[in-house]
Amino acid sequence: MLEKLKELGVLSPRKAEDYKKAWYKFSRNPLSIAGLAIVILVVALAILAPYVTPYPHHAGFFVDYDNANQPPSLAHPFGTDQFGRDVLTRIIFGFRYSLMMAATVLAIVTPPGVILGLIAGYYRDRWPDIVIMRVADIFVAVPPLVLALAICSVLEPNIFNAMMAVSLMWWPWYTRLVYGMASSLRMEPFVQAAEIVGASKFHIMFKEILPNCLGAILTKVTLDAAWVIILGSALSFVGLGAQPPTPDLGTMLSDGAKYMPGIWWITVFPAIAIAVIVLGFNLLGDGIRDVFAAEAH
Amino acid sequence: MRLATYLAKRIGYTIFVLLGLSILIFTLARVLPGDPARMALSPRAPEWAIEKLREQLRLNEPLPVQYLYWLRDVFSGSLGESLVTRRDVLTDITEFLPATLELLLFALIFDVAIAIPVGMLAGRKANTWVDNLVRGFAYIGVTIPAFVFAIIFLLVFGYILHIAPVVGRLSPGVVPPPRITGLFTIDSLITGNFSTFVDALSHLILPSLALALGPIAQEARITRASVVENLNKDYILASVSHGLPERLIVLKYLMKPSLIPTVSIMGLDIASLIGWAFLVESIFNWPGMSRYGIIAMLRKDLNAIVGVVMVTGLVFAIANILVDIIVSLLDPRIRMVERAK
Amino acid sequence: MNNTLLNVKELQVHFKVYGGILKVLNDVTLTVNEKEKVGLIGESGCGKTTTMKAIIRILPWNAIVPKAKIYFKGKDVMKMNDSELKKLRRSSISMIFQDPTAALNPVFKIRDQIFDVVKYANLEMGKNLSKKEIEEEAIRLLREAALPEPERILDSYPFQLSGGMRQRVCIAMALASARELLIADEPGTSLDVTIEDQILRLLKQIVEERRTSIILISHALGAVKGFVDRVYVMYAGCIVESARTFDLFHEPLHPYTKGLLAAVPKLTGGGIPEGIKGRVPDYMNPPLGCRFITRCVHAMPICERKQPRMVNAGNNHEVACFLYGE
Repeated sequence: MLEKLKELGVLSPRKAEDYKKAWYKFSRNPLSIAGLAIVILVVALAILAPYVTPYPHHAGFFVDYDNANQPPSLAHPFGTDQFGRDVLTRIIFGFRYSLMMAATVLAIVTPPGVILGLIAGYYRDRWPDIVIMRVADIFVAVPPLVLALAICSVLEPNIFNAMMAVSLMWWPWYTRLVYGMASSLRMEPFVQAAEIVGASKFHIMFKEILPNCLGAILTKVTLDAAWVIILGSALSFVGLGAQPPTPDLGTMLSDGAKYMPGIWWITVFPAIAIAVIVLGFNLLGDGIRDVFAAEAH
Repeated sequence: MRLATYLAKRIGYTIFVLLGLSILIFTLARVLPGDPARMALSPRAPEWAIEKLREQLRLNEPLPVQYLYWLRDVFSGSLGESLVTRRDVLTDITEFLPATLELLLFALIFDVAIAIPVGMLAGRKANTWVDNLVRGFAYIGVTIPAFVFAIIFLLVFGYILHIAPVVGRLSPGVVPPPRITGLFTIDSLITGNFSTFVDALSHLILPSLALALGPIAQEARITRASVVENLNKDYILASVSHGLPERLIVLKYLMKPSLIPTVSIMGLDIASLIGWAFLVESIFNWPGMSRYGIIAMLRKDLNAIVGVVMVTGLVFAIANILVDIIVSLLDPRIRMVERAK
Repeated sequence: MNNTLLNVKELQVHFKVYGGILKVLNDVTLTVNEKEKVGLIGESGCGKTTTMKAIIRILPWNAIVPKAKIYFKGKDVMKMNDSELKKLRRSSISMIFQDPTAALNPVFKIRDQIFDVVKYANLEMGKNLSKKEIEEEAIRLLREAALPEPERILDSYPFQLSGGMRQRVCIAMALASARELLIADEPGTSLDVTIEDQILRLLKQIVEERRTSIILISHALGAVKGFVDRVYVMYAGCIVESARTFDLFHEPLHPYTKGLLAAVPKLTGGGIPEGIKGRVPDYMNPPLGCRFITRCVHAMPICERKQPRMVNAGNNHEVACFLYGE
């Protein structure tokens, strides 16, 4: 029965996704392509960091006071820091930590956030909705950065705990996103039809509603990658995240700030690096959003 | 009258959420691994000292009991003793909060004063070079986090160009105005001390602008988009077709509906202002509650952390209620529908 | 013969869109005389509204006007400066939009909206009204638009009124600034049929009492039949036929007009209306010759090559079709 309804096109309006068409739409916007290029480049640099950086051994603990605080030159395009380490090398290794943080947090956070949103949306105005969404409201009652700082502060400061802290406060944003979509999709004819023919709740939530939220979720994941990277660097900037000598972009910023303005390159280049990586994910996310928004019309 | 009922409901829910937040943050602060008392003292502190602190913080009691004690203290006007300042956290926050509020207030003033005219201009000149320029800058503003702006401002305007001071609220040697509101600019104006006012204002410019750039960009984008959308609406064409003066059309009939989305997302922007204030205050050595909070966090000062988070939540909630009120003033549909509920 | 009030000659309007240029209006020519009631009919999307927006120069930003001669009482509208244009809009021509919900600003009370219109319309005529006089005038206009309890209407927001009331408010506002020509763009199409009928009767009564001209736009022939003196038929951005109302309905000439008339269900005749086969041509690449060629049953070789011009078929009945000579 369900299969038949599907053939008739009564069920989920978007099943066989036309990836080619989506890619065509995406590729028409030069800004989206630029975003994708930046993200690919950053990911590639991060993965290949030990091979592409000029001084891979400068990534961690390393001291060479003879070459400390060198301004940008051919040997050190972004200069060297107060311990004589190559800033470019450390930035590229910093990408590793930023991306690892983004990937870990989003992998931890997205599934439960989405599932809770689906459940709350499906049981709109009944107790699962009320319980889940009230709790979510509590988590967003304070700006995300403040909550992340507070959670981090009671943990040992390191990059792993920073990831846990951000994960702990990030799920409600997915729950709220999916809740909004699910509670309105629930009323759509194709969902109602599936319900009438006796589809299980599981089927309706995961096979009917979820596929129609994927576009928005994917967009949010991409844009959030930028957000998590910012949060992570903010945490380590304050001293509640990654600790020296970890080459984290935020740590590098706060270390360098002490040497401003004379030795500006220790600070300015990591700042630019954060801006570039964030810009890349934002452009990419906007491009993905446009593709799905056009599809929805 | 009905607006009052709506507000009462809203405030009631806010109290519920803040209570929930207090349970959340209180539990997190005590359940997460690590002994708060040991963390607060140095790792080499003697066992008896740790035990004494544990007793003092009531860490030996079951968690719900600890929370109830805390709640009782809150209602009697105490947020517990700060391990760092050895004063009541509430006393500390009362001292430092006005500086933060002043910073946020100026960031908001910058935000509204720049974002709305710029967004309106870009929207009206859609797809011209002015618009493209605004959109380009807005994109950069949206993507670069406030603490990066803060560092760049510190370097460029503070150290290289010496345009404005970058440390604290007043120049060394300038006597703070008598405390009336705690906001130096306002207090100095009230007491008629103009030179102090100028000095306080100049100290505010860079940190509040660094905070505001993100929201400015965000709101300029939203305003632009809604102006472009509304410009093609029949009601604007109708106003033009009746021969109304352009100024009247733009400043009245176009502006009011276009500002609704802008004000609606202000809640999110205020969240970002409050959040980034924690870093920006640290960067500019701004003696506000947020910097106090960061110090408390680095020192594992549990009472101070919980207190700062709660007061932040309160400020955020009040800001959101104000935003809701402004939106409902702008949009009669929301006002009437909410009241009808 | 009456004096010509509005004279539009060879009006072309194109739209810049993503991927090309839409050549929507193709040499639209029409005239309206003083005190005349003129109908403009055609399918949705054929450029009726665009023509009207061009006349009062409220086209959107992406519109291009390669060619236009629009004369209002002998003055070239396209060459008017700001103050002349304001004068025209404030005191001579006014437009009633199709959808009254969209045409009223949702966040202002009717009071604000109608007061400003009344104020500037009178200012243009050298009358600087006081607040009280403006209110009196606004109430008078609302009454003229047959709105009961005008005081209550003034204090309402648009969303608190019914569709029919909103359209009457729009009419009242248009009356404030239309001494000579009222343009009514499908007034009532967005409302239900009985209300639409009331609105049309009201408009007819008003223009006859006020002795102003009106252009009534419609996609429904029935609506204009009992209303207007003369009808223009528009197809895909071209005027294809014009005649006195009686002549057009009794002896339509253009194949499109014939199809349009056949498509109107008659209470007396049986069967399902035939309709016109095919679709409106693509404005980005319109046919070189006659734009109706893609749907015309009489298409001839010449129709592919040449654009038909309006020819007089006698009795002021004009048609743009090669079936009636060149």
